[in-house]
Amino acid sequence: MEMLMTMLKSFMGWVDARFPATKLWEEHLSKYYAPKNFNFWYFFGSLALLVLVIQVVTGIFLTMHYKPDATLAFASVEYIMRDVNWGWLIRYMHSTGASAFFIVVYMHMFRGLMYGSFKKPRELIWLFGMFIFLALMAEAFMGYLLPWGQMSYWGAQVIVNLFGAIPFVGDDLSVWIRGDYVISDATLNRFFAFHVAAVPMVIIGLVVAHIIALHEVGSNNPDGIEIKKNKGADGIPLDGIPFHPYYTVKDIVGVVVFLMFFAAIMFFGPEMGGYFLEHANFVPANPLQTPAHIAPVWYFTPFYTMLRAVPDPFLGVVAMGGGVVVLAFLPWLDNNPIKSIRYRSALHKLNLMFFVAVFLFLGYLGVKAPEPVLSELGLRFSEVYFVFFYVLWFHSKTRDAKFSFMSLIGWMGLFSLNDFARHVEGSGDLIMMGWLIPGIYLTVMFLAPLYSNLNAEKAVPERVTG
Amino acid sequence: MKKTILAIMMVLPTLAMASGGVHLDKADYDLHNKESLQRGARLFVNYCLSCHSAAYQRYNRMAEDIGLTNAQVASNLMFAAEKVGETMTVAMQPGDAKIYFGKPVPDLSVVARARGADWLYTYLRTFYVDKSRPFGVNNTTFKDVGMPAVLWELEGMKKLVNAEEIHEHHGTAPKFEKISEGKMSAAEYDNAMRDLTAFMVYMGEPAQLVRYKIGIYVLLFLVLLFLVAYPMKKEFWKDIH
Repeated sequence: MEMLMTMLKSFMGWVDARFPATKLWEEHLSKYYAPKNFNFWYFFGSLALLVLVIQVVTGIFLTMHYKPDATLAFASVEYIMRDVNWGWLIRYMHSTGASAFFIVVYMHMFRGLMYGSFKKPRELIWLFGMFIFLALMAEAFMGYLLPWGQMSYWGAQVIVNLFGAIPFVGDDLSVWIRGDYVISDATLNRFFAFHVAAVPMVIIGLVVAHIIALHEVGSNNPDGIEIKKNKGADGIPLDGIPFHPYYTVKDIVGVVVFLMFFAAIMFFGPEMGGYFLEHANFVPANPLQTPAHIAPVWYFTPFYTMLRAVPDPFLGVVAMGGGVVVLAFLPWLDNNPIKSIRYRSALHKLNLMFFVAVFLFLGYLGVKAPEPVLSELGLRFSEVYFVFFYVLWFHSKTRDAKFSFMSLIGWMGLFSLNDFARHVEGSGDLIMMGWLIPGIYLTVMFLAPLYSNLNAEKAVPERVTG
Repeated sequence: MKKTILAIMMVLPTLAMASGGVHLDKADYDLHNKESLQRGARLFVNYCLSCHSAAYQRYNRMAEDIGLTNAQVASNLMFAAEKVGETMTVAMQPGDAKIYFGKPVPDLSVVARARGADWLYTYLRTFYVDKSRPFGVNNTTFKDVGMPAVLWELEGMKKLVNAEEIHEHHGTAPKFEKISEGKMSAAEYDNAMRDLTAFMVYMGEPAQLVRYKIGIYVLLFLVLLFLVAYPMKKEFWKDIH
């Protein structure tokens, strides 16, 4: 035994002289000090990494039987589902993994929003994360074309057509993306190349950058307190514990619980009622037959609602893109020095909770056909979605009465102008009712600090709690 | 291009409404009833497989999954193939189908996943006489369908009695009146269509017969893993306050 240890030590010495194996292990795991007070929300970072691995591994196996050819693609997926041993399992892991990825990433982003994880000095972590999110959306979108079903085809058709709305270069751009005038074999082939090679490499690179940046500045925590400010005599943060073994054993529990949900969906309802695998996608792509209702997969629907909320196609695309991009500016919008929601005002908590509800509701609207009432709600909640970011900035410090009223009048004036512009005979009642949604929201958010103590913040403790 | 997008956006809601609102009966099938699947398979190869293919379904896979031997399938259920390892293709050429029916006949391998069991079960039971149609029949579930009522010898012919009511209120259950008897009573026919639906649901995803079983074992394993992982975490963390 002793001899074995000596041999192992000398082997590691040999490696360490040539590659910093021990150094990396210590820097990122055994001597990376993470705050001891991580809660439920801190599982989702490691879970996102797990899902990434699941997607890469199952994806590699799928490429062994999948055929990126418009005449063969649909049949090759069914071949995987029936004739390849355990092919159905690999495919369901991949399709469930796609939705799981977005669930986990949305939770992870919401964690950042709640505890101010994007704030100084973690702006770059957030930005790398935003790029991961963008790459993930591209990855999911292009992967969805590959089964070559009706939704694959027409979903891609609608989204690529959006590029056509860009002035001057739009038409050429969308032809360039497709490699054809419609979605075709050429499009399928290039989307395959991007989906299995280019974008995954970008995602993995960005994930590495995300983690390096995180380990450089250290993890935030539910109290939003910098643990590096309270170090012991040995230079180790008093509230920090080594990531390994403490968080590795904790994350294993998280992984097991996550896999329970994952397996339950994968084995008992991989279609998730048509949200993870859309029913119409079991009809082979037919360029001559538009399906009855083209709905994107659920994880795109909040942004799809923003697209539909704006009648002008180009401005709609701007709104949809803006809905994603605006998140990247959070580090410079939410300037409140208090990071964690725990010590922020009741009004801020209300604002954040309402934002979550709005995001979910926008997602719900995105899968529905745009009937007039739903369209109106889609526009109103899109307005709230965007103005939320102004409210975050507004709540960064105490504002005087003049500025508060100016903000309210300014924003509601802007929305009202739009309402006048789009008003047609008979739409008045609906517009007036809808007007109340941003109206009430902004009145509460801007004026409550003047007339109540809802914006009272709590003192942030010196050391992390519990 | 802008006009195209606008046109797509304008058309979307009307299309969406056109698809919704059809009354569906519950199929209430049992995938674990092998005899039901076998009866369904017999109906499928006798009535559907002359025009429709099921190009992803292999005969021997079907034999194994619904509890038949390859020999039984080869002598009773295989009319258009030479070997049991083949898939359920159809002799009719797509070009011919276009001449006979006006458009290609869809493959039925995964139709149950696209349409749903209830839709299939209802559709198979809602053909009615309509002289204005090329084949003399129409269907309340799939209006102006190109398919003839191939099962009429089993079901008999019937006419629709509440056409106006359905037209006014989408989602109203259609009411029919028999005008000629078939080989089966109404209840027998319903059961036969339940068998056929069950078979098509099976065919849509043969793996679902084992998926549930494996799923239970996987979940049990994860529960066991949790019972190890959680105490381990507790043990490691007992000094952290």
